[in-house]
Amino acid sequence: MTMMMFRDALRQALREEMQRDPRVFLLGEDIGRYGGAYAVTKGLLEEFGPQRVIDTPMSEGTIVGAAVGAAMTGGRPVAEIMYVDFLAYAMDQLVNQAAKIHYMFGGQIHVPIVVRTQQGTGRGAGAQHSQSLEAWFVHIPGLKVVAPATPEDAKGLLKSAIRDGNPVVFLEHKGLYAIKGEVPDHEYLIPIGRARVARPGSDITLISYSRTMYLALEAADALAQSGIQAEVIDLRTLKPLDMETIIASVKHTRRAVVIHEASLTAGLGAEIASRLSEALFGRLAAPVRRVAALDIPLPANSHLEKLIVPDTARIVRAAQETLGYTVKETTA
Amino acid sequence: MNHEFACQALRHMVRIRLFEERTLEVLMQGKLASTMCHVSIGQEAVAAGVCMAMQPNDYITSTHRGHGHLIARGGDLGRMMAELMGKATGYCKGRGGSMHITDVALGHLGANGIVGGHIGIAVGAALWSKLSGNQAVTVCMFGDGAVTEGVFHEALNMAAVYQLPAVFVCENNQYAMSLPWTKATPPVSFKTRADAYATPGVDVDGQDPLAVYCAAAQAIAHARAGGGPTLIGAHTYRFLGHSRGDPSAYRDPEEERQWRARDPIALFKARALDEGWLTPDDMQTIEAEAQRSLDEAVRFAEESPAAPDEVAFEDVYFPTAHS
Ligand SMILES: Cc1ncc(C[n+]2csc(CCOP(=O)(O)OP(=O)(O)O)c2C)c(N)n1
Repeated sequence: MTMMMFRDALRQALREEMQRDPRVFLLGEDIGRYGGAYAVTKGLLEEFGPQRVIDTPMSEGTIVGAAVGAAMTGGRPVAEIMYVDFLAYAMDQLVNQAAKIHYMFGGQIHVPIVVRTQQGTGRGAGAQHSQSLEAWFVHIPGLKVVAPATPEDAKGLLKSAIRDGNPVVFLEHKGLYAIKGEVPDHEYLIPIGRARVARPGSDITLISYSRTMYLALEAADALAQSGIQAEVIDLRTLKPLDMETIIASVKHTRRAVVIHEASLTAGLGAEIASRLSEALFGRLAAPVRRVAALDIPLPANSHLEKLIVPDTARIVRAAQETLGYTVKETTA
Repeated sequence: MNHEFACQALRHMVRIRLFEERTLEVLMQGKLASTMCHVSIGQEAVAAGVCMAMQPNDYITSTHRGHGHLIARGGDLGRMMAELMGKATGYCKGRGGSMHITDVALGHLGANGIVGGHIGIAVGAALWSKLSGNQAVTVCMFGDGAVTEGVFHEALNMAAVYQLPAVFVCENNQYAMSLPWTKATPPVSFKTRADAYATPGVDVDGQDPLAVYCAAAQAIAHARAGGGPTLIGAHTYRFLGHSRGDPSAYRDPEEERQWRARDPIALFKARALDEGWLTPDDMQTIEAEAQRSLDEAVRFAEESPAAPDEVAFEDVYFPTAHS
């Protein structure tokens, strides 16, 4: 094991896959000379040359479109979109093209692309540079969506994403690039579609991913001080969702809170709560709670921003309310 | 101009015309599986000229009005008709329909339902040719409507700055649904538009397969030699409505009449006769052959089994071993 930063783990994944497969190449804005807005691709231009690390003009739609076309004709492109917010420009290429081509064309061809992008709050970057838009992509059949929380998962999942035969949206969190974690020294893959129990517990299940997974762990620590054992699930992949792992945990704890930084309405929390009630309605001791961002744009102000997104205290409170929940009969 | 070339050009155009006329017939009989179907009657010379200039390993991306592109590329009429009828033997297993018809084995990267949606894909195919050295040129077909989409600019820009082996062909049939070209964009030629990207541009008579062929052949050769993209504006006319049930009430009947007098098939036949490229016998043989192929295609499609229900559920994801 080697201790390394999240961004370095991602770079290792890119380097290893580029060494393994000559069809793998990178394209995106400022990924070459500049090394990427968040320094993930630093050094790769020097190592692999301008044919494999392509600095593109600012054309998000055509960056993703070109990735699709290259993938359809034999390449294995990894596109970087500097901020998830800018993917709005490329939604046609991702949603109408990449996600649909394999199905629409009768399985004649597939689209093995990875779209790496970066999202989330923490830098007071404002309404157009801080969103968490995973629900947009999770909603689309034909896409896979990955959102790792740890350096180890980041590396193993990115390698899997590059080897996958489908379009994968790979969501990094801007607040996680500098965190450190142990990464195995041997070659490994983390399978897409498998969640991980980040902390075992028996009283309540906290379900999260990406940066808020750490808040869930902090909340679990806080709850442990009052004798409550919270199990924390790190989803890692958001589509396909690993409901097996989620249901196995909640079957046992009978209580769940889903936590994410994306806004509340029609977010992933709604989907998970709904699936849990479908699978475990009679077994649940309390309604599944969601702790999410308020349905408000994000202010360009690090202090104000914090008021919108979940924090540890909100998670603890939601967990306590879930634990103290008693069924009240409603009379019409 | 030799006899062989003229035979081919006429054959392509006649097959496209007949295919689309038969398509409209079976549509009226309620035999199409989808309500989405756009025909290119009047525009056949563009598809014929462009595809005849392509090599077998080249790529083409196509549009919602794309039957002609696939036919001139060598598409199988039976499998095409079967696709339109939603049959299991169709090119896309009966789930793509007219608007997504594709034969990837022919280097055809798909007809596309999003106007302009495939232009970026063409850039990617050309990019991969440049990176991999596969020697292919990608021809991107699109309508005048796509010229006013943002992706058109992005794609031209990227292809030009990377000098990609791509040829962009605007089939300017004068209308994007009801909107005339003259009201969609300032009066700027395709040559001038291409100038903006410091790349060759040319405007050609889209009713003349030879003119289209010459422009396309030159552009493809230029692209293959590493000279970068060319923008071709092929000026043509959509003889019928945008789709079924569009009486084109927004068009001037006099304008329609003038364009109809320039039917690409009639024009080419007259010229071929004049120049001695083809005899009336040659033409009759070509037309009879095409007629027979169409009869056979329709029979094949009608006799084919409907797409089984399972087809609705398959191929959402490409199976990947590791995950
Ligand atoms: C992005 C997008 N906008 C609108 C439409 C609806 N639509 C389909 S075809 C069409 C007109 C397209 O005109 P043009 O590109 O000139 O092609 P033509 O139909 O004339 O062949 C429109 C508006 C669409 N399919 N995609």
